Amino acid sequence: MATTYKIIDKSILTGTQANVEFTGLGSYSSDYTDLKLVISVRTAASGSYDYGLITFNNNTSSYSTKLLYGDNSAAASFNWGSSAQLSTGMINNSSQTSNTFSNVEIYIPNYSSSNNKSCSIDTVQENNETAYRAMAAGLWQNTSAITSIKLAGESGSWVSGSSFYLYGIKNS
Amino acid sequence: MPNPTKLIINCETKEQIEVELTDEEVAQLEADRAKAEADKAKADADAAAKAEAKAELLARLGITAEEAALLLA
Repeated sequence: MATTYKIIDKSILTGTQANVEFTGLGSYSSDYTDLKLVISVRTAASGSYDYGLITFNNNTSSYSTKLLYGDNSAAASFNWGSSAQLSTGMINNSSQTSNTFSNVEIYIPNYSSSNNKSCSIDTVQENNETAYRAMAAGLWQNTSAITSIKLAGESGSWVSGSSFYLYGIKNS
Repeated sequence: MPNPTKLIINCETKEQIEVELTDEEVAQLEADRAKAEADKAKADADAAAKAEAKAELLARLGITAEEAALLLA
């Protein structure tokens, strides 16, 4: 792996957690320009599927997500504006095949800039039946540097075995 | 019954601590989840209303969606 792409921190859950929060990101602003989260997650919620929610700096305003998604038979789009979090799209919950997880990659360029923060989100479910795939553009209309990232399930807590990896990307 | 916990990963100190949510945080979590579900329901309703209006317009014009796309191409 290129030296410009380095792991900052990681965790694999050994129990249920309502949310997982990476903090102290301000100390990496001179090392990395971009951040990438790679997570493998499943929540304890019931229902057809859950959604992952992303919050920066514990701020709950001025987010919007434009989502393209599809399952085994059809594709559609979803516009989630003026919301309290970004959405990853559909992720696994207790309704999907046992011990399967959703893969989600979130890329945040220029996370310390004084511009509004955009990100790309790429999600796919694993399931023996209907499985959703989603690609999203996320925007946080806030000019503050990102110092923390919180990840939560919309309807349920993360289950044991969910994993969270945060990478830093250098611009040189 | 204890409150749910959260995991805080401090990337600066490399400490990972599991913290029980305060009652205030539990209330906030529930409010956030309710708002997220309401936002999603509103977006779904808006999309359904738009699709219905589009279908009504196509029916009034007597053309299919494919024919409408051809006209706008």
